[in-house]
Amino acid sequence: MSVPDELHYTAEHEWLAIRDVTGRIGITDYAQRALGDVVYVSVPAVGTRVTAGEPCGEVESTKSVSDIYSPADGEVIEVNAEVDDDPRSGELRSVRRWLAVRDQARLGR
Amino acid sequence: MPDPQSPAPRLTPLTPVHRRLGATLTDFAGWLMPLRYTSETAEHNAVRTAAGLFDLSHMGELMITGEDAAEALDYALTGQPSALQPGRARYTMICAPDGGVIDDLIVYRLAATEFLVVANASNAPTVAAELVDRAAGYAATVTDRTDDYALIAIQGPRSAGILARLTDADLGQVRYYASYPATVADCQVLLARTGYTGEDGFEIFTTPQDADRMWQALTEAGTGDGLIPAGLAARDILRLEAGMPLYGNELSRDVTPFDAGLGRVVKLDKPGDFVGRAALAERAQAAPSRVLAGLVGQTRRVPRHGYSVLLDGEPCGTVTSGGPSPTLGHPIAMAYLTPKAAAASSGPDGRLAVDIRGSAEPASLVPLPFYHRPAG
Repeated sequence: MSVPDELHYTAEHEWLAIRDVTGRIGITDYAQRALGDVVYVSVPAVGTRVTAGEPCGEVESTKSVSDIYSPADGEVIEVNAEVDDDPRSGELRSVRRWLAVRDQARLGR
Repeated sequence: MPDPQSPAPRLTPLTPVHRRLGATLTDFAGWLMPLRYTSETAEHNAVRTAAGLFDLSHMGELMITGEDAAEALDYALTGQPSALQPGRARYTMICAPDGGVIDDLIVYRLAATEFLVVANASNAPTVAAELVDRAAGYAATVTDRTDDYALIAIQGPRSAGILARLTDADLGQVRYYASYPATVADCQVLLARTGYTGEDGFEIFTTPQDADRMWQALTEAGTGDGLIPAGLAARDILRLEAGMPLYGNELSRDVTPFDAGLGRVVKLDKPGDFVGRAALAERAQAAPSRVLAGLVGQTRRVPRHGYSVLLDGEPCGTVTSGGPSPTLGHPIAMAYLTPKAAAASSGPDGRLAVDIRGSAEPASLVPLPFYHRPAG
Protein backbone atom coordinates (compact mmCIF):
# COMPACT_ATOMS: atom_id res chain seq x y z
CA MET A 1 0.00 0.00 0.00
CA SER A 2 1.31 3.40 -0.92
CA VAL A 3 1.10 6.09 1.73
CA PRO A 4 1.52 9.53 0.20
CA ASP A 5 3.98 11.84 1.90
CA GLU A 6 2.64 14.91 3.61
CA LEU A 7 4.22 17.86 1.81
CA HIS A 8 5.12 21.25 3.23
CA TYR A 9 6.82 24.26 1.73
CA THR A 10 8.78 27.07 3.35
CA ALA A 11 8.98 30.73 2.42
CA GLU A 12 12.60 30.06 1.43
CA HIS A 13 11.54 27.47 -1.14
CA GLU A 14 12.49 24.28 0.66
CA TRP A 15 10.10 21.41 0.70
CA LEU A 16 9.56 18.87 3.45
CA ALA A 17 7.98 15.50 2.80
CA ILE A 18 6.91 13.82 5.99
CA ARG A 19 6.23 10.15 6.46
CA ASP A 20 5.74 8.98 10.04
CA VAL A 21 8.62 10.51 11.99
CA THR A 22 11.03 10.97 9.13
CA GLY A 23 11.10 13.65 6.53
CA ARG A 24 12.96 14.37 3.35
CA ILE A 25 13.88 17.90 2.47
CA GLY A 26 14.76 19.46 -0.82
CA ILE A 27 14.62 22.72 -2.68
CA THR A 28 11.72 23.51 -4.92
CA ASP A 29 11.84 23.49 -8.70
CA TYR A 30 11.04 27.18 -8.56
CA ALA A 31 14.11 27.87 -6.42
CA GLN A 32 16.32 25.75 -8.65
CA ARG A 33 15.21 27.66 -11.71
CA ALA A 34 15.74 30.98 -9.93
CA LEU A 35 19.24 29.98 -8.84
CA GLY A 36 20.40 29.11 -12.32
CA ASP A 37 22.87 26.29 -12.84
CA VAL A 38 23.70 24.63 -9.52
CA VAL A 39 27.36 23.63 -9.32
CA TYR A 40 27.70 22.42 -5.76
CA VAL A 41 25.40 21.48 -2.92
CA SER A 42 26.65 21.26 0.65
CA VAL A 43 24.52 19.17 2.98
CA PRO A 44 24.98 18.43 6.67
CA ALA A 45 26.67 15.18 7.71
CA VAL A 46 24.65 12.31 9.09
CA GLY A 47 24.13 12.87 12.79
CA THR A 48 23.99 16.66 12.54
CA ARG A 49 21.22 18.26 14.58
CA VAL A 50 19.27 20.81 12.58
CA THR A 51 16.91 23.50 13.78
CA ALA A 52 13.81 24.81 12.05
CA GLY A 53 14.50 28.10 10.32
CA GLU A 54 18.28 27.80 10.67
CA PRO A 55 20.68 27.24 7.77
CA CYS A 56 21.70 23.60 7.41
CA GLY A 57 23.47 23.66 4.06
CA GLU A 58 24.13 25.74 1.00
CA VAL A 59 23.61 25.71 -2.72
CA GLU A 60 26.30 27.19 -4.97
CA SER A 61 25.10 28.23 -8.39
CA THR A 62 26.90 30.00 -11.18
CA LYS A 63 25.82 33.39 -9.93
CA SER A 64 25.21 33.07 -6.24
CA VAL A 65 25.22 31.03 -3.08
CA SER A 66 22.10 30.41 -1.02
CA ASP A 67 21.50 28.90 2.37
CA ILE A 68 19.27 25.91 2.74
CA TYR A 69 17.05 26.45 5.76
CA SER A 70 15.90 23.46 7.68
CA PRO A 71 12.12 23.28 7.60
CA ALA A 72 11.99 21.41 10.92
CA ASP A 73 13.96 20.36 13.96
CA GLY A 74 15.65 17.02 13.62
CA GLU A 75 18.69 14.90 13.17
CA VAL A 76 20.10 13.97 9.80
CA ILE A 77 19.89 10.21 9.30
CA GLU A 78 20.73 9.98 5.62
CA VAL A 79 22.16 12.16 2.88
CA ASN A 80 21.50 11.71 -0.80
CA ALA A 81 24.91 10.85 -2.18
CA GLU A 82 23.71 11.64 -5.70
CA VAL A 83 23.69 15.32 -4.81
CA ASP A 84 27.47 15.24 -4.76
CA ASP A 85 27.75 13.42 -8.04
CA ASP A 86 25.09 15.31 -9.91
CA PRO A 87 24.11 18.51 -8.16
CA ARG A 88 21.74 19.33 -10.97
CA SER A 89 19.49 16.56 -9.75
CA GLY A 90 18.80 19.33 -7.22
CA GLU A 91 17.04 17.05 -4.84
CA LEU A 92 18.72 16.82 -1.49
CA ARG A 93 16.82 13.89 -0.13
CA SER A 94 18.35 14.31 3.27
CA VAL A 95 16.23 11.79 5.09
CA ARG A 96 15.84 12.78 8.68
CA ARG A 97 14.16 11.59 11.83
CA TRP A 98 12.34 14.74 12.73
CA LEU A 99 12.17 15.25 16.46
CA ALA A 100 9.39 17.78 16.24
CA VAL A 101 7.88 16.73 13.02
CA ARG A 102 4.34 16.74 14.31
CA ASP A 103 4.67 20.30 15.55
CA GLN A 104 3.11 21.95 12.52
CA ALA A 105 3.61 25.42 13.96
CA ARG A 106 7.33 24.98 13.47
CA LEU A 107 7.07 24.16 9.83
CA GLY A 108 7.02 26.52 6.93
CA ARG A 109 8.97 29.29 8.53
CA MET B 1 12.80 42.81 -3.92
CA PRO B 2 12.29 45.42 -6.61
CA ASP B 3 12.40 48.91 -5.26
CA PRO B 4 8.87 50.32 -5.75
CA GLN B 5 10.44 53.78 -6.13
CA SER B 6 12.69 52.77 -9.01
CA PRO B 7 11.38 53.38 -12.50
CA ALA B 8 10.48 50.45 -14.72
CA PRO B 9 13.55 49.18 -16.53
CA ARG B 10 14.08 50.24 -20.13
CA LEU B 11 13.36 47.72 -22.84
CA THR B 12 15.63 46.98 -25.78
CA PRO B 13 14.38 46.54 -29.35
CA LEU B 14 14.85 42.79 -28.75
CA THR B 15 12.88 42.44 -25.51
CA PRO B 16 9.92 40.80 -27.34
CA VAL B 17 12.35 38.28 -28.85
CA HIS B 18 13.76 37.43 -25.41
CA ARG B 19 10.25 36.96 -24.02
CA ARG B 20 9.34 34.73 -26.93
CA LEU B 21 12.45 32.64 -26.26
CA GLY B 22 11.42 32.25 -22.62
CA ALA B 23 14.43 34.10 -21.23
CA THR B 24 14.74 34.90 -17.55
CA LEU B 25 14.83 38.70 -17.63
CA THR B 26 16.49 40.86 -15.03
CA ASP B 27 16.93 44.54 -14.31
CA PHE B 28 20.55 45.30 -15.17
CA ALA B 29 21.75 48.90 -14.97
CA GLY B 30 18.20 50.11 -15.51
CA TRP B 31 17.53 47.85 -18.50
CA LEU B 32 15.46 44.69 -18.68
CA MET B 33 18.01 42.19 -20.00
CA PRO B 34 18.12 38.43 -20.54
CA LEU B 35 19.98 36.78 -17.67
CA ARG B 36 19.74 33.33 -19.25
CA TYR B 37 17.61 31.57 -21.81
CA THR B 38 17.99 27.99 -20.61
CA SER B 39 21.26 27.20 -18.83
CA GLU B 40 24.10 29.70 -18.48
CA THR B 41 26.57 26.81 -18.52
CA ALA B 42 25.25 25.59 -21.87
CA GLU B 43 25.31 29.17 -23.17
CA HIS B 44 28.89 29.60 -21.96
CA ASN B 45 29.93 26.34 -23.59
CA ALA B 46 28.31 27.34 -26.88
CA VAL B 47 30.42 30.51 -26.96
CA ARG B 48 33.63 28.58 -26.20
CA THR B 49 33.00 25.85 -28.76
CA ALA B 50 30.57 27.22 -31.37
CA ALA B 51 28.82 30.58 -31.10
CA GLY B 52 26.54 32.60 -28.86
CA LEU B 53 24.22 35.47 -29.69
CA PHE B 54 23.97 38.41 -27.27
CA ASP B 55 21.72 41.44 -27.05
CA LEU B 56 23.95 44.30 -25.89
CA SER B 57 21.54 47.09 -26.74
CA HIS B 58 21.84 48.42 -23.19
CA MET B 59 25.37 49.64 -23.92
CA GLY B 60 25.70 53.40 -24.38
CA GLU B 61 26.59 54.75 -27.84
CA LEU B 62 28.02 58.25 -27.78
CA MET B 63 28.97 59.98 -31.01
CA ILE B 64 31.68 62.65 -31.09
CA THR B 65 31.86 64.58 -34.33
CA GLY B 66 33.53 67.73 -35.57
CA GLU B 67 36.80 69.17 -36.73
CA ASP B 68 38.38 68.84 -33.25
CA ALA B 69 36.72 65.55 -32.28
CA ALA B 70 40.04 63.69 -32.16
CA GLU B 71 41.74 66.37 -30.03
CA ALA B 72 38.73 66.59 -27.72
CA LEU B 73 38.89 62.84 -27.10
CA ASP B 74 42.67 62.93 -26.57
CA TYR B 75 41.95 65.44 -23.78
CA ALA B 76 38.93 63.58 -22.39
CA LEU B 77 40.24 59.98 -22.38
CA THR B 78 43.41 58.22 -21.22
CA GLY B 79 44.16 56.90 -24.71
CA GLN B 80 45.02 58.66 -27.94
CA PRO B 81 42.08 58.36 -30.32
CA SER B 82 43.75 60.87 -32.68
CA ALA B 83 46.33 58.17 -33.47
CA LEU B 84 43.66 55.69 -34.60
CA GLN B 85 43.18 55.12 -38.30
CA PRO B 86 39.58 55.39 -39.48
CA GLY B 87 38.09 51.92 -39.17
CA ARG B 88 40.13 51.05 -36.11
CA ALA B 89 39.03 50.77 -32.49
CA ARG B 90 40.75 50.79 -29.11
CA TYR B 91 39.95 49.83 -25.53
CA THR B 92 40.38 52.92 -23.35
CA MET B 93 39.19 54.62 -20.18
CA ILE B 94 37.80 57.91 -18.98
CA CYS B 95 39.27 58.99 -15.65
CA ALA B 96 38.52 61.66 -13.06
CA PRO B 97 41.16 64.33 -12.32
CA ASP B 98 42.38 62.16 -9.42
CA GLY B 99 42.95 59.22 -11.78
CA GLY B 100 39.91 57.21 -10.62
CA VAL B 101 38.18 55.28 -13.39
CA ILE B 102 34.83 56.75 -14.47
CA ASP B 103 34.29 54.05 -17.07
CA ASP B 104 36.08 51.71 -19.44
CA LEU B 105 35.20 52.27 -23.07
CA ILE B 106 35.75 51.19 -26.61
CA VAL B 107 36.38 54.08 -28.97
CA TYR B 108 35.83 53.49 -32.69
CA ARG B 109 37.18 55.95 -35.22
CA LEU B 110 34.53 55.85 -37.93
CA ALA B 111 35.99 58.68 -40.03
CA ALA B 112 38.52 61.48 -39.63
CA THR B 113 36.10 63.62 -37.66
CA GLU B 114 33.66 61.00 -36.36
CA PHE B 115 34.12 58.75 -33.32
CA LEU B 116 31.81 56.29 -31.61
CA VAL B 117 32.40 55.77 -27.89
CA VAL B 118 30.73 52.72 -26.37
CA ALA B 119 30.17 53.02 -22.62
CA ASN B 120 28.78 50.67 -19.99
CA ALA B 121 25.03 51.04 -19.56
CA SER B 122 25.29 52.06 -15.91
CA ASN B 123 27.80 54.81 -16.71
CA ALA B 124 26.59 56.06 -20.08
CA PRO B 125 24.81 59.19 -18.78
CA THR B 126 27.84 60.12 -16.65
CA VAL B 127 30.24 59.53 -19.53
CA ALA B 128 28.04 61.57 -21.87
CA ALA B 129 27.98 64.48 -19.42
CA GLU B 130 31.76 64.30 -18.88
CA LEU B 131 32.42 64.24 -22.61
CA VAL B 132 30.19 67.28 -23.14
CA ASP B 133 32.09 69.14 -20.38
CA ARG B 134 35.50 68.08 -21.63
CA ALA B 135 34.71 68.85 -25.27
CA ALA B 136 33.73 72.44 -24.42
CA GLY B 137 36.15 74.75 -26.20
CA TYR B 138 36.76 72.23 -28.97
CA ALA B 139 34.97 72.21 -32.31
CA ALA B 140 33.30 68.93 -31.38
CA THR B 141 29.75 67.83 -30.68
CA VAL B 142 28.81 64.99 -28.32
CA THR B 143 25.51 63.22 -28.97
CA ASP B 144 24.01 60.35 -26.98
CA ARG B 145 22.84 57.97 -29.71
CA THR B 146 22.02 55.01 -27.44
CA ASP B 147 18.38 54.96 -28.54
CA ASP B 148 19.37 54.93 -32.21
CA TYR B 149 21.26 51.65 -31.99
CA ALA B 150 20.56 48.04 -31.29
CA LEU B 151 23.78 46.14 -30.57
CA ILE B 152 23.97 42.42 -31.25
CA ALA B 153 27.12 40.39 -30.61
CA ILE B 154 27.96 37.04 -32.13
CA GLN B 155 30.84 35.47 -30.23
CA GLY B 156 32.66 32.18 -30.53
CA PRO B 157 34.97 30.28 -32.86
CA ARG B 158 32.25 29.73 -35.48
CA SER B 159 31.14 33.38 -35.56
CA ALA B 160 33.02 34.33 -38.72
CA GLY B 161 31.75 31.28 -40.61
CA ILE B 162 28.15 31.99 -39.62
CA LEU B 163 28.39 35.69 -40.38
CA ALA B 164 29.96 35.00 -43.78
CA ARG B 165 26.63 33.48 -44.89
CA LEU B 166 24.90 36.81 -44.33
CA THR B 167 27.33 39.30 -45.79
CA ASP B 168 29.50 39.99 -48.79
CA ALA B 169 32.01 41.73 -46.54
CA ASP B 170 35.44 40.10 -46.58
CA LEU B 171 35.63 39.08 -42.93
CA GLY B 172 39.23 37.99 -43.35
CA GLN B 173 40.03 41.68 -43.78
CA VAL B 174 38.23 42.70 -40.57
CA ARG B 175 41.02 42.50 -38.02
CA TYR B 176 40.52 42.34 -34.28
CA TYR B 177 39.47 45.77 -33.06
CA ALA B 178 38.56 46.93 -36.54
CA SER B 179 35.17 48.16 -37.68
CA TYR B 180 33.59 49.21 -40.89
CA PRO B 181 30.20 49.76 -42.50
CA ALA B 182 28.82 46.57 -43.97
CA THR B 183 25.64 44.98 -45.20
CA VAL B 184 24.58 42.03 -43.06
CA ALA B 185 21.30 40.23 -43.76
CA ASP B 186 20.39 43.06 -46.12
CA CYS B 187 20.71 45.60 -43.29
CA GLN B 188 23.23 48.47 -43.22
CA VAL B 189 25.30 48.03 -40.08
CA LEU B 190 28.55 48.95 -38.42
CA LEU B 191 30.42 45.68 -38.11
CA ALA B 192 33.16 45.47 -35.48
CA ARG B 193 35.43 42.60 -34.54
CA THR B 194 35.26 43.21 -30.81
CA GLY B 195 33.86 41.40 -27.81
CA TYR B 196 33.92 40.64 -24.13
CA THR B 197 34.11 36.88 -24.03
CA GLY B 198 37.73 35.95 -24.80
CA GLU B 199 36.65 34.46 -28.13
CA ASP B 200 36.73 35.68 -31.69
CA GLY B 201 33.53 37.45 -32.55
CA PHE B 202 31.72 40.43 -33.90
CA GLU B 203 29.57 43.23 -32.59
CA ILE B 204 26.91 44.47 -34.97
CA PHE B 205 25.54 47.98 -34.52
CA THR B 206 22.21 48.10 -36.27
CA THR B 207 19.01 50.10 -35.99
CA PRO B 208 16.21 49.30 -33.56
CA GLN B 209 13.97 48.69 -36.58
CA ASP B 210 16.31 46.06 -38.04
CA ALA B 211 17.21 44.38 -34.74
CA ASP B 212 14.59 41.65 -34.84
CA ARG B 213 15.41 40.76 -38.46
CA MET B 214 19.16 40.71 -37.73
CA TRP B 215 18.64 38.45 -34.69
CA GLN B 216 16.48 36.03 -36.68
CA ALA B 217 18.90 35.96 -39.59
CA LEU B 218 21.87 35.20 -37.32
CA THR B 219 19.86 32.55 -35.50
CA GLU B 220 18.87 30.84 -38.74
CA ALA B 221 22.38 31.06 -40.16
CA GLY B 222 23.99 29.70 -36.99
CA THR B 223 21.66 27.16 -35.46
CA GLY B 224 23.14 24.31 -37.50
CA ASP B 225 26.58 25.29 -36.19
CA GLY B 226 25.44 25.22 -32.57
CA LEU B 227 24.72 28.93 -32.13
CA ILE B 228 22.34 29.67 -29.26
CA PRO B 229 21.27 32.91 -27.59
CA ALA B 230 23.29 33.72 -24.47
CA GLY B 231 22.46 35.94 -21.52
CA LEU B 232 24.27 38.13 -19.05
CA ALA B 233 25.05 35.26 -16.68
CA ALA B 234 27.08 33.47 -19.37
CA ARG B 235 28.66 36.74 -20.45
CA ASP B 236 29.87 37.44 -16.92
CA ILE B 237 31.62 34.10 -16.47
CA LEU B 238 33.06 34.30 -20.00
CA ARG B 239 34.64 37.67 -19.33
CA LEU B 240 35.88 36.53 -15.91
CA GLU B 241 37.62 33.51 -17.45
CA ALA B 242 39.15 35.89 -20.00
CA GLY B 243 40.40 38.12 -17.16
CA MET B 244 38.45 41.12 -18.41
CA PRO B 245 37.46 43.74 -15.85
CA LEU B 246 33.84 44.62 -15.10
CA TYR B 247 33.02 48.15 -14.07
CA GLY B 248 31.68 48.11 -10.50
CA ASN B 249 33.79 45.05 -9.67
CA GLU B 250 37.41 45.48 -10.79
CA LEU B 251 36.98 49.10 -11.90
CA SER B 252 35.55 52.04 -9.99
CA ARG B 253 36.22 55.67 -9.06
CA ASP B 254 38.42 54.33 -6.26
CA VAL B 255 40.92 52.58 -8.51
CA THR B 256 43.22 53.81 -11.26
CA PRO B 257 43.91 51.90 -14.47
CA PHE B 258 47.31 50.99 -12.98
CA ASP B 259 45.71 49.28 -9.98
CA ALA B 260 43.72 47.11 -12.39
CA GLY B 261 46.87 46.12 -14.26
CA LEU B 262 45.69 48.20 -17.23
CA GLY B 263 48.28 50.99 -17.15
CA ARG B 264 48.82 50.34 -20.84
CA VAL B 265 45.61 52.25 -21.61
CA VAL B 266 47.13 55.43 -20.14
CA LYS B 267 49.13 57.19 -22.86
CA LEU B 268 51.33 59.47 -20.79
CA ASP B 269 53.50 60.16 -23.84
CA LYS B 270 50.70 61.60 -25.95
CA PRO B 271 50.95 65.32 -26.77
CA GLY B 272 48.91 67.80 -24.77
CA ASP B 273 47.19 67.60 -21.43
CA PHE B 274 44.39 65.20 -20.56
CA VAL B 275 42.07 64.84 -17.61
CA GLY B 276 43.84 62.91 -14.87
CA ARG B 277 47.33 63.22 -16.37
CA ALA B 278 49.12 64.55 -13.27
CA ALA B 279 47.58 62.01 -10.92
CA LEU B 280 48.13 59.14 -13.32
CA ALA B 281 51.76 60.15 -14.03
CA GLU B 282 52.39 60.09 -10.29
CA ARG B 283 50.62 56.76 -9.93
CA ALA B 284 52.67 55.28 -12.79
CA GLN B 285 55.87 55.98 -10.85
CA ALA B 286 54.66 54.99 -7.38
CA ALA B 287 54.91 51.55 -5.85
CA PRO B 288 51.47 49.94 -6.16
CA SER B 289 49.37 49.77 -3.02
CA ARG B 290 47.36 46.88 -4.43
CA VAL B 291 47.54 44.45 -7.29
CA LEU B 292 44.74 42.80 -9.24
CA ALA B 293 45.43 39.08 -9.11
CA GLY B 294 43.89 35.83 -10.27
CA LEU B 295 42.93 33.21 -7.69
CA VAL B 296 41.93 29.60 -8.10
CA GLY B 297 39.92 28.01 -5.32
CA GLN B 298 41.21 24.67 -4.03
CA THR B 299 37.78 23.56 -2.83
CA ARG B 300 34.40 23.60 -4.47
CA ARG B 301 33.16 26.56 -2.46
CA VAL B 302 33.14 29.65 -4.61
CA PRO B 303 34.78 33.01 -3.78
CA ARG B 304 32.31 35.81 -4.47
CA HIS B 305 32.48 39.60 -4.89
CA GLY B 306 33.37 41.26 -1.59
CA TYR B 307 34.83 38.25 0.22
CA SER B 308 38.11 38.77 2.11
CA VAL B 309 41.35 37.18 0.97
CA LEU B 310 43.66 35.97 3.74
CA LEU B 311 47.46 35.62 3.83
CA ASP B 312 48.54 33.39 6.70
CA GLY B 313 45.09 34.00 8.18
CA GLU B 314 45.27 37.79 8.02
CA PRO B 315 43.20 39.91 5.61
CA CYS B 316 45.26 40.88 2.56
CA GLY B 317 42.67 41.83 -0.02
CA THR B 318 39.17 41.54 -1.39
CA VAL B 319 37.58 39.45 -4.13
CA THR B 320 36.17 41.62 -6.93
CA SER B 321 34.60 38.87 -9.07
CA GLY B 322 34.33 35.14 -8.58
CA GLY B 323 32.50 32.18 -9.94
CA PRO B 324 32.72 28.55 -10.88
CA SER B 325 34.61 28.24 -14.17
CA PRO B 326 32.93 25.82 -16.57
CA THR B 327 36.07 25.73 -18.72
CA LEU B 328 38.48 24.96 -15.88
CA GLY B 329 36.11 23.02 -13.66
CA HIS B 330 36.92 24.84 -10.44
CA PRO B 331 36.21 28.22 -8.82
CA ILE B 332 38.10 31.25 -10.10
CA ALA B 333 38.25 34.81 -8.83
CA MET B 334 39.89 38.15 -9.37
CA ALA B 335 40.93 40.05 -6.24
CA TYR B 336 42.79 43.16 -5.20
CA LEU B 337 45.67 42.03 -2.99
CA THR B 338 48.47 43.76 -1.13
CA PRO B 339 51.72 43.56 -3.14
CA LYS B 340 53.07 41.30 -0.41
CA ALA B 341 50.22 38.84 -0.82
CA ALA B 342 50.39 38.99 -4.60
CA ALA B 343 54.06 38.03 -4.42
CA ALA B 344 53.60 35.54 -1.62
CA SER B 345 53.04 32.43 -3.57
CA SER B 346 52.54 31.22 -7.06
CA GLY B 347 51.30 27.78 -6.15
CA PRO B 348 49.17 25.92 -3.66
CA ASP B 349 51.50 26.40 -0.73
CA GLY B 350 48.71 26.97 1.72
CA ARG B 351 49.37 30.59 2.64
CA LEU B 352 46.48 32.15 0.73
CA ALA B 353 42.83 31.53 1.43
CA VAL B 354 39.47 33.16 0.84
CA ASP B 355 37.14 33.74 3.76
CA ILE B 356 34.01 32.06 2.46
CA ARG B 357 31.31 32.85 4.97
CA GLY B 358 33.55 32.28 7.97
CA SER B 359 35.62 29.40 6.68
CA ALA B 360 39.12 29.89 5.21
CA GLU B 361 39.12 28.01 1.93
CA PRO B 362 42.60 27.54 0.40
CA ALA B 363 43.31 29.36 -2.85
CA SER B 364 46.32 29.78 -5.07
CA LEU B 365 47.54 32.60 -7.27
CA VAL B 366 47.50 32.17 -11.02
CA PRO B 367 48.41 34.58 -13.80
CA LEU B 368 45.55 36.35 -15.57
CA PRO B 369 43.73 35.55 -17.74
CA PHE B 370 42.41 32.19 -16.61
CA TYR B 371 41.55 31.29 -20.18
CA HIS B 372 43.32 31.87 -23.50
CA ARG B 373 41.48 30.93 -26.63
CA PRO B 374 43.30 28.33 -28.69
CA ALA B 375 45.54 29.78 -31.37
CA GLY B 376 44.26 29.70 -34.96
